[in-house]
Amino acid sequence: MTYEFLVASAIGVLVAGGIFLALRARTFQVVLGLTLLSYAVNLFLFASGRLVLNRPPIWDKAVAEYTDPLPQALALTAIVITFGMTAFVVILALRSFLESGSDHVDGDTVTGDAQDGLASDDTHGEHP
Amino acid sequence: MTLADHLPILPVAIPALAAPFALLVMRRRRSLGINISLVSCIAMLASAIALMTQVSDGTILAYELGNWPAPFGIVLVADRLAAMMLVLAATLALIALLHAVVTRADRKGWHFHPLFQFQLMGLNGAFLTGDLFNLFVFFEVLLIASYGLMLHGQGPARLKAGVQYVVVNLVGSSLFLIALGLLYALTGTLNMADMGLRVAALAPEDQGLLRIAALLLVSVFALKAAVAPLHLWLVRTYAVSTPAVAALFAIMTKVGVYSLIRVVPQVFGDGAGAAAWVPAPYLLPAAMVSAGIGFAGVFVARSLSEQAAYLVIGSTGTLLIAVAGWQTATLGAALYYLVHSTIAAAALFLVADVVARRRGGFADNASPGPDFADRSAVGLMFMLAAIAATGLPPLSGFIGKLMILKSVTALPDWGWAWGVILVTTLFGIIGFARVGSTLFWKQGQSGEATAPAATRADLVAPAIALALLAALSAGAGWASTYANAAAAQALDPALSARAVLGEVAQ
Repeated sequence: MTYEFLVASAIGVLVAGGIFLALRARTFQVVLGLTLLSYAVNLFLFASGRLVLNRPPIWDKAVAEYTDPLPQALALTAIVITFGMTAFVVILALRSFLESGSDHVDGDTVTGDAQDGLASDDTHGEHP
Repeated sequence: MTLADHLPILPVAIPALAAPFALLVMRRRRSLGINISLVSCIAMLASAIALMTQVSDGTILAYELGNWPAPFGIVLVADRLAAMMLVLAATLALIALLHAVVTRADRKGWHFHPLFQFQLMGLNGAFLTGDLFNLFVFFEVLLIASYGLMLHGQGPARLKAGVQYVVVNLVGSSLFLIALGLLYALTGTLNMADMGLRVAALAPEDQGLLRIAALLLVSVFALKAAVAPLHLWLVRTYAVSTPAVAALFAIMTKVGVYSLIRVVPQVFGDGAGAAAWVPAPYLLPAAMVSAGIGFAGVFVARSLSEQAAYLVIGSTGTLLIAVAGWQTATLGAALYYLVHSTIAAAALFLVADVVARRRGGFADNASPGPDFADRSAVGLMFMLAAIAATGLPPLSGFIGKLMILKSVTALPDWGWAWGVILVTTLFGIIGFARVGSTLFWKQGQSGEATAPAATRADLVAPAIALALLAALSAGAGWASTYANAAAAQALDPALSARAVLGEVAQ
């Protein structure tokens, strides 16, 4: 019970943090949010084969019970894909920032409030 | 084993081989890379047509990858619907590739052809696969390639839209994986046919989770299909993409529709207990709203390419109004309209490019500009594409919409469906007429066109697309018979279960 609770609440916290960050305006925070979301998804996929302790993931005549190996393969595939995608989206966000001079996801230029200190970066970005 | 036995894997294998070859030779010999890409598309079309002739009598080909038996290994399933989509994808790819090569749009970056082939590999794989996780993988392949293609040519506008497009699709992929995890945890299988049999035997306490999984999965497909309210990513992305790429992207939203048609009857059909047809009540209103938004967008769009992008949303909405009936007649009409609307949207994107290439700085904006070369020929093409897109006779859009209107009368809410389809058609007609008269009849400033005198070679690809639409309306009898047969096959999950799993299903 406690183990399940731990995993479930960890996934919940990761998803909550991921959604919060993914809804932010700046690309860096959004990328972090997507990363958190993908961590949550990987954990979730891992748990979809049920949480089993101290069992081998391969079938053997000697052991009566084993853990489901398929979710581990799925999680591995998902990790590889999200790793590549995260690398891509980081580069894309960087290029977008350098070319348009704004790191806002909606692409609009920074206006006034709460952007102190970062506005200089934006103007700098126009002359890469 | 002869080559014919391996036919179902060819549409995936051909582009998978062509892409790295094109990548290898592109740096040294550009023309060779272009030829590899063209030959690959032609071979893909040939294999798709061969596959279509094999399955047109109702057989379902199940291809076990690596010869692993069905519920454990990954299967490719080729039936009428899959073969139809393969032929459509290959045809569209050839048109888009031809346009890209003729207009030299493929020379704006190094990796156009390899990315184009990977995109086709993802599309074909998504149409063929019978495994839900494999569907996710092919979705990722086509998305990753589409990110590259969408950014082809670069520039700030594309990069801005690209960030949004990538982020939205990454969130969509996460949702897809969550739905997959839920379904695997519940049924212990990822094979669609096997899953369809197992959901029927689920315990009552698991039905709630199954409903959640069904709705999550359907929302992901709706996101890919750009159904309202998940359509916001589409317009900016498609309108700024290279036109040849946007023409190919016309089939990307149809991948979402195809996945809906494939997965919902198979897994969440009549046998699914409390989760049977869970997405159905939400689909019709969403489809009506997207048809409304799409054609309202056509009405207010500021440029031709934006208009074409809104048309993609609107036609997907119209299409899903018919799909949401989940009956053979409505689905058959929907499949006919699917083929039509994909080619019509592509034709419109290409015509928009032809206009933009001739008007220089005025591009394809809906503002009167100076006179330009081939004004009457291009205007005629635009008129034909607009007729096809809105669904006026004599082109196939009219037949498609007529079939949809006729088939939905069997549904309880058909009055709403009729109202939405007819009113949105009117909006579409007015919108296209407004932009068309501004572009081709009004002359803002006197003086020559600023664009360099273009050759007429770039008229070829849109002309082929329009000719295909004419052929689709001329051969409507055959096409609708095939579409109805494909619909009947898609709505009977027992057929594919028997083909995939053998006697186990009995």
